[in-house]
Amino acid sequence: MIYTFCFYLFATVTVFSGIMVISSRNPVHSVLYLILAFFNSAGLFVMLGAEFVAMILVIVYVGAVAVLFIFVVMMLDIDYSEMRKGFQKYLPIGGLIGFLLLAELALVGMGWGLSGGVVTDPATAIPALTEMSNTEALGSLLYTKYVFLFQMAGLILLVAMIGAIVLTHRKRPGVKKQNINKQVMHRRSDAYEIVKVKPGQGI
Amino acid sequence: MADLLVEFFTWAFGVTLVPWFATLLGIVVGILAIVLPLLIAVAMSVYMDRKVWAGMQMRRGPNVVGPWGLMQSFADGLKLFLKETIIPASANKFIFLLAPALTFILALVGWAVIPFGDGVVLANLNVGILYLFAMSSLGVYGIILSGWASNSRYAFLGALRSSAQMVSYEVSIGFVLVTVLMCAGSLNLSEIVLAQKNAFMGVNGYWFTPLFPMLIVFFISALAETNRPPFDLPEAESEIVAGYQIEYSSMAFALFFLGEYANIILMCAMTSILFLGGWLPPVDWEPLYIIPGWIWFFGKIIFMFFVFAWVKATVPRYRYDQLMRLGWKVFLPLSLLWVVLTGLFLLLTDKIPA
Repeated sequence: MIYTFCFYLFATVTVFSGIMVISSRNPVHSVLYLILAFFNSAGLFVMLGAEFVAMILVIVYVGAVAVLFIFVVMMLDIDYSEMRKGFQKYLPIGGLIGFLLLAELALVGMGWGLSGGVVTDPATAIPALTEMSNTEALGSLLYTKYVFLFQMAGLILLVAMIGAIVLTHRKRPGVKKQNINKQVMHRRSDAYEIVKVKPGQGI
Repeated sequence: MADLLVEFFTWAFGVTLVPWFATLLGIVVGILAIVLPLLIAVAMSVYMDRKVWAGMQMRRGPNVVGPWGLMQSFADGLKLFLKETIIPASANKFIFLLAPALTFILALVGWAVIPFGDGVVLANLNVGILYLFAMSSLGVYGIILSGWASNSRYAFLGALRSSAQMVSYEVSIGFVLVTVLMCAGSLNLSEIVLAQKNAFMGVNGYWFTPLFPMLIVFFISALAETNRPPFDLPEAESEIVAGYQIEYSSMAFALFFLGEYANIILMCAMTSILFLGGWLPPVDWEPLYIIPGWIWFFGKIIFMFFVFAWVKATVPRYRYDQLMRLGWKVFLPLSLLWVVLTGLFLLLTDKIPA
């Protein structure tokens, strides 16, 4: 009973906050609803027994990605009437994409439901939770069977990261920069010396 | 816990509890058993903090309210409680009030997975360390939201500084956690503590092993995560007049304050669990096990808290670019290198835990 109650609680809040992400007027509120949606999805993952995925979802998406979102959105200076201007113009194409996504989701859901709600042909046998914690199960799958794909995904991310840095990094001439090493290696003896000045002579 | 409660109720009142209600009651009792002592510990830690700074600055510190000034924190709490809550006219009211509550709640929920002894833990999660990491990384929201909702420039600057700082230092904390859990072979906090038994030459805890540099990195990153000096730029009073806290008064401010200290104690507990061997005695010597585990654990937390206070009393504040350089250019490569070295060492010496 508690299980069903929790499921409907998390599911309802997720769907509600999903709707609020696109319908709330203030973009910061949108991001906050997005965070709420992430959080409740993490709850759903926990209920599925996928605790590792749930925690990673919270750490990566809520703890890092959404922080950057909110960081950017907070600094925006938005004219709301300006934002709503093209609503009529973009409604057909937006609606079409939305409908396509909904249809795909419905197909996936129907296919899953028709096959009895289980994955019929998994890549490897899924070990029972009593036998292996799901962190271990995920690791033993990712680092053996899918190690090549896993490393490839990592490389693609690395390339994307370096690409973004190269594209945005620019060297400006004439900017004074600190050389930390030089500052740290600076010794007192480099800066000044004590000179004994005899009275009436000067240096 | 639930079984005990059922037994207690049948013995005391002659009623048999429904199983789900007993479970619920057990959880609530467990939460109260952690939160109430924690709140008192927070009050006492503020007092200890002030006494330590006072000692280091050759002052007396709080010594008026109660014997040796012990009631000072409670007096301060009462004063804050009786003050008027002021909400700025142009603030976003809901988020303005949500932010301190969020900080406080997030500082408390982390304690759910902290083991106080062998098996003495509210929620023995398989992914306990990830849960702790997630909760500490959520702490940034309280600060960002308060800075934004206050609709004040100083508060906003504080929020921006804090979000950049906390995200940066989470990266190195994450890698430090990876080195520890590679050695322990588990994400469960109790198992991490047990794995540190006799870690090296009869000493319990990873601090006596080559993981020691990671203890230093973790500790400094913990200072940055909790916005403690020398990394208290989000609330630097000399530049941005207390940053994100500037518009808060009364209980809203008190919640920030309590949350901050609860977070600091949580970080101390995390350090002692990950590196100092949690509830185990410092050395693996049989007579020491007679002393209950929670005494060792609390002793380690108090020691770490003393170091936190010591740092605040002695180190001047970092400049912002130095802070970012330390996080990204020193700690990130260092902790990443240590992950690789630890992995290599475990592989070559065939010590990978099963």
